[in-house]
Amino acid sequence: MNRQEKEEYLREYSILKSQGKPFFPYAVAKDSIMAVVVMGVIITLSIVLGAELGPKADPTTTTYVPRPEWYFYFLFELLRIIKPNWLVPLATLGIPTICLILLFLLPFFDRGPERRPEKRPIATTLGIFVIAAMAYLTYLGASAGSPNSIELATPASVKQSGGTMLAQFEAGRQVAAQSGCLACHKFGENGNAGPGPPLTDVGRNLPAGAISRTLINPTPPMPSFKDLPKEKFDNLVVFLSQLK
Amino acid sequence: MKLKLPAPPIPASLKSPPRRPDEERPSKVEGAKEAGISAVDWVDERTSLSGGVRWMLFRKVPRGTNWAYTLGSATMFAFLNQAMTGVFLAMYYDPSATNAYESARYITNEAFLGEFVRGMHKWGSTVMVVLVFLHMGRTFFWGAYKYPRELNWVVGAVLLVLTMLMSFTGYLLPFDQKSYWATIVGVNINGTGPLVGPYLNDFLLAGPDFGATTLSRFYAIHMLLVPGLIAALIGAHLYLVARLGTTAPPWLKAEKNPELRKESV
Repeated sequence: MNRQEKEEYLREYSILKSQGKPFFPYAVAKDSIMAVVVMGVIITLSIVLGAELGPKADPTTTTYVPRPEWYFYFLFELLRIIKPNWLVPLATLGIPTICLILLFLLPFFDRGPERRPEKRPIATTLGIFVIAAMAYLTYLGASAGSPNSIELATPASVKQSGGTMLAQFEAGRQVAAQSGCLACHKFGENGNAGPGPPLTDVGRNLPAGAISRTLINPTPPMPSFKDLPKEKFDNLVVFLSQLK
Repeated sequence: MKLKLPAPPIPASLKSPPRRPDEERPSKVEGAKEAGISAVDWVDERTSLSGGVRWMLFRKVPRGTNWAYTLGSATMFAFLNQAMTGVFLAMYYDPSATNAYESARYITNEAFLGEFVRGMHKWGSTVMVVLVFLHMGRTFFWGAYKYPRELNWVVGAVLLVLTMLMSFTGYLLPFDQKSYWATIVGVNINGTGPLVGPYLNDFLLAGPDFGATTLSRFYAIHMLLVPGLIAALIGAHLYLVARLGTTAPPWLKAEKNPELRKESV
């Protein structure tokens, strides 16, 4: 806006303002009605949906696939759909940071005098696009199931060796399914494709030792599983190393 | 010095007529009725607050403002709800790794109206986030962030980030499975950030790993640091709104003074 446009706006605004009504009581009345509505909605939600408390936090057994509050679903989903490993930092921080910086600086690069949405096609289209993208990502994040089972076939070699090996493999399958691995890794048809790599045949690339080192000291954002009980941890390593 | 209150907007027939010169002066009992005004007067004589209050309350709001303009105050109201219910939750909550879950369970299952208040806090946060986004959408689509209100947009954007930070830190506090693991993942994501990521994580977790003091740190951020910042910035946000005036809907054009138009015809 140049100086003339600024003065024009201020003049126009001062006329509109002088034709308005005082804040108190007219706007205050509307605001108060709105406050009562907000309070009513909050109380209704509290009575109808309550505040459930899940089982106590336990760093060792994690039958929970971590899920954030619903308004973070779009971030969560962004993380899930960006697949290549080297792009993950872009999803977790790059895109949100850039969007946030653009949001902060909005009034400094959009300085045109026009305020009507239909006369600002670029801004309005972008705004609708961002809302639609966030709504779509939120929907995807909400509808993404959190499967707690892994349906991979037991490899023939494990079946043959039988005994302890087979028992450990099946126990490890349970541990993997219940420890939230599926939130970020794909096992055959189960689990989410990313941000972690698929583990369908992880044993082909990594020996047991490397797998257990990764579990203890993983690359973020993967949590460490060093607090799992020894037996469960060993079963998990056997299960993963036999996936070939 | 007598403070003069503005006349209430009631029909003229309901207003009491002014005292006639031959009438008796009001008695002491009558004077006692004005005790409230005298008290306000006493405070005003020592603070000169009435000017500011008048400036805030009796400023004009442009014509054409509609219900979409109540979203900002509704957001503030949701924040007040969070503050109030938060105070009651803090009376019972114990931010230590060993007792946090037990105290949350006590609030939910045993304290009088505990689950109701916790539900109001939990759902109030959802309502507040929704209102923040609606308020921002209105401001964006109607171009209300443009000259001269650029700075208020920036203040609002900071408030948005702080609101999200509130919901992130509050999510951990009940210390159930869901909140613990969601926080671990969130913190790890944060740790991948360039340059400051790991340092920010050390600050958030009070150490390299989730430990005994992490919970109390989240608690302090959630109930002291961020709410203080939010309250202060709401003050700045409101001051700027009052200073610059509520925007008019963008479609509204200022009509020339109707009196002038009458003469030009």
